[in-house]
Amino acid sequence: MMDTPHAGYILASYLLAGVIVAGLVLLAVLDDRAQRKALARLEAQGLRRRSSGQTGEQ
Amino acid sequence: MLRFANPTLFLKLVRWLLPLAGGAGAVLLAWGLYLVFAVSPEDYQQGATVRIMYIHVPAAWLALSCYSLMALSSIGSLVWKHPLADVSAKALAPIGAAFTFLCLVTGALWGKPMWGTWWVWDARLTSVLVLFLVYCGIMALWTAFDDPARAARPVAILTLFGFINVPIVKFSVDWWNTLHQPASVFRMGGPSIDPSMLTPLFVMASGATALMLALHLAGMRTEIMRRRVRTLSQQLARQDGGS
Repeated sequence: MMDTPHAGYILASYLLAGVIVAGLVLLAVLDDRAQRKALARLEAQGLRRRSSGQTGEQ
Repeated sequence: MLRFANPTLFLKLVRWLLPLAGGAGAVLLAWGLYLVFAVSPEDYQQGATVRIMYIHVPAAWLALSCYSLMALSSIGSLVWKHPLADVSAKALAPIGAAFTFLCLVTGALWGKPMWGTWWVWDARLTSVLVLFLVYCGIMALWTAFDDPARAARPVAILTLFGFINVPIVKFSVDWWNTLHQPASVFRMGGPSIDPSMLTPLFVMASGATALMLALHLAGMRTEIMRRRVRTLSQQLARQDGGS
């Protein structure tokens, strides 16, 4: 399947794509988690946005 | 459609749309990889190296698509001052930058064995590098302001100014003599690629697009939460200052 002198270039391309996609997903998950925590902490102190009828809708 | 322009309703929509897009992306990419490595033939000239195309071309399409979506969001932000428009634009910038970077590096990895060089300053390669730098500039401008609402207008103007480069990237191979090959999929007269290679290319591109959509929705949701955190933190600071 990969009997080619250029296998290294092909593997490097797919490896890089995997790393970039995994990085984007990981950053999205970590950022989401951090914002959720910060929002929960603030809401636990009784703070509410004026425009929101309810909270925690995310 | 406009009903979901409200951030709270949009978040409800994201709750079921995000796993759908993410799941579709994962399934399509898995199917695409199977087609690429187990089904699609080698090229009669390039051999197995043609398999880099299935990463490089979708990355290039998404680099341009993300920027076009960002430009549309910027119009929404400037003209209608839509609450979700600048959230959408901000969430797209790092995704577009990542796909542009992937396009540039896989292009170099494909160029070295096929052209004998990693890089040439031809119109296509240079305009894609400019696209990457514009993405970086936009991300830097977002972080230069404390208040995202104040950043939205200058970022939208810069984004629309940078959009001039998008048709230059697309048509650079037609307007100038380039080492990069001319368009072979979206061209007058239809694709010049054999269906045995076109099918895996479209499957990979569809999977990458679904993944981009999922990342965009997730990024928008996080940005909405970040703005809520900012509002509540300011409220807390005012309370502390008043007491």
